[in-house]
Amino acid sequence: MIEGFTALYIFMLAAFTGYEVISRVPVILHTPLMSGSNFVHGIVLVGAMIALGHADTTTEQAIGFFGVLLASMNAVGGYVVTERMLEMFKSSKEKKNG
Amino acid sequence: MDNLIEAIYFVAAFLFIFGLKRMSSPATARGGILWAGAGMMAATLATFAIPELENIALMLVAIIMGSVIAYVSGKRVAMTDMPQMIALYNGMGGGAAAAIAAVELVKTGEHNIVHMNLAVLGALIGAISFSGSLIAFAKLQGWLRKAVRLPMMQMINLFLFTITVVSGVYIGFVDPNVTVIAIFFVMALVFGVMMTLPIGGADMPVVISLFNALTGLAVALEGFVLNNAAMIIAGTVVGSAGTLLTQLMARAMNRPITNVLFSSFGASGSTSEQEVEGALKPIDADDAGVMMAFANKVIIVPGYGMAVAQAQHKIWELSKQLIDRDVTVKFAIHPVAGRMPGHMNVLLAEAGVPYDLIYDLDEINEEFVNCDVALVIGANDVVNPMARSNPESPIYGMPILDADKAKNIIVIKRGQGTGFSGIENALFYDDKTRMLYGDGQEMVGELVQGVKSV
Repeated sequence: MIEGFTALYIFMLAAFTGYEVISRVPVILHTPLMSGSNFVHGIVLVGAMIALGHADTTTEQAIGFFGVLLASMNAVGGYVVTERMLEMFKSSKEKKNG
Repeated sequence: MDNLIEAIYFVAAFLFIFGLKRMSSPATARGGILWAGAGMMAATLATFAIPELENIALMLVAIIMGSVIAYVSGKRVAMTDMPQMIALYNGMGGGAAAAIAAVELVKTGEHNIVHMNLAVLGALIGAISFSGSLIAFAKLQGWLRKAVRLPMMQMINLFLFTITVVSGVYIGFVDPNVTVIAIFFVMALVFGVMMTLPIGGADMPVVISLFNALTGLAVALEGFVLNNAAMIIAGTVVGSAGTLLTQLMARAMNRPITNVLFSSFGASGSTSEQEVEGALKPIDADDAGVMMAFANKVIIVPGYGMAVAQAQHKIWELSKQLIDRDVTVKFAIHPVAGRMPGHMNVLLAEAGVPYDLIYDLDEINEEFVNCDVALVIGANDVVNPMARSNPESPIYGMPILDADKAKNIIVIKRGQGTGFSGIENALFYDDKTRMLYGDGQEMVGELVQGVKSV
């Protein structure tokens, strides 16, 4: 459903979006943000699931299994770590206000 | 059904961008990850609804296993170890992208030449990011202490890369032969290792950020192969955002990204080491405490060593003591203090240090001149005046905190060795500098006692 130039257009627009979203970020947020973007590419889990879901031979299944395993670690680990970091961030702001 | 799944992917893509946008501003950062998380959950659940999906049981086992491992490790890891954890999870993502490509490539049946080549490219980037990130993890974790350099490293890497590319092109254009595919993956993985090994620990944040961007790109490429818009968008956004973040970090360290990758940190350090003159002058904690108690203004320069010694809570206790005695206390944070930009702020926030006491390099550097005591704890390269004065030094040109301009400098340090980058620090030999040797936490504890006893 996404063919040729449509795919290229999506690619270009998404690339600019990523650049713009980050462009004015303060230094204190660099690490959490890197962690957050690390979580977002955990979407690879969806692809790994599709790959495993269409695997036929044992080899394909083994590689697919490995892929889903790694991808879910990326997604879950990325989320947990980012959340912990940002939670800390919030508490420090509250202390400042309070 | 297909339309519903596509609609959910669309929403997920929106939530990722929205979440990242919110994460880039302090006030809304906390909510950002929740939005992105909701998007991920929705996309994952929608994927289960794809018709004719097989191996569901296997899939669930893998997801549960991976989730439990990652959840437990992510919850347990200390704040100081965050950067290598990010590297590790990032590597997993790269590996997953490579695995997707591997499944698609070994599949027999009709092959679309564009898809094959995109899959190969994604596999190449994903595999490099996978093995490279694991090396980055091992380095920051302290499993690999030294920057490994083999003779003719550049030539070997070029050779490895050439084989990888040639086998990749063969797979993409000629024939997806299983043997060639295996060679291709092994070579790409080895290249990732060889590329990361010579890079010094101090440059690791930049490298991790780069691998993060690469993984994003690999995910986007596999998204094209699988015709999955959510993967394309999320992967591309991370790819470009990560590239920008890498540039910002490299700029903060004054290390062009090409230098990080192709020249080895500290390689030229041997010549500059002899140029340090003077002696290290120790001080004991009581004297140092008295010195700080009678100061008007104290600037604390924390580095990663402080966090390793878990001294941040004690430091805050010390600061409170000093503030009670009407001493002005400020914290000076170098852009790359800790292991990554912003890492130190997170660590100080954890200890309860309020934000308005923490200053960036640009804000505080002029204040060192009229500061009575600069307390350097666990920091080294970021206060090394050789970055200003010695063009021979590998860190020459890096912006530093001007702690050497303070009237007195107290350095808390574990031992007499050099820092993370292995470079001698002229500040420690300065006439105004006194060294306080010992474990960071213990020494600050003694400083607190010293201040109290005045």
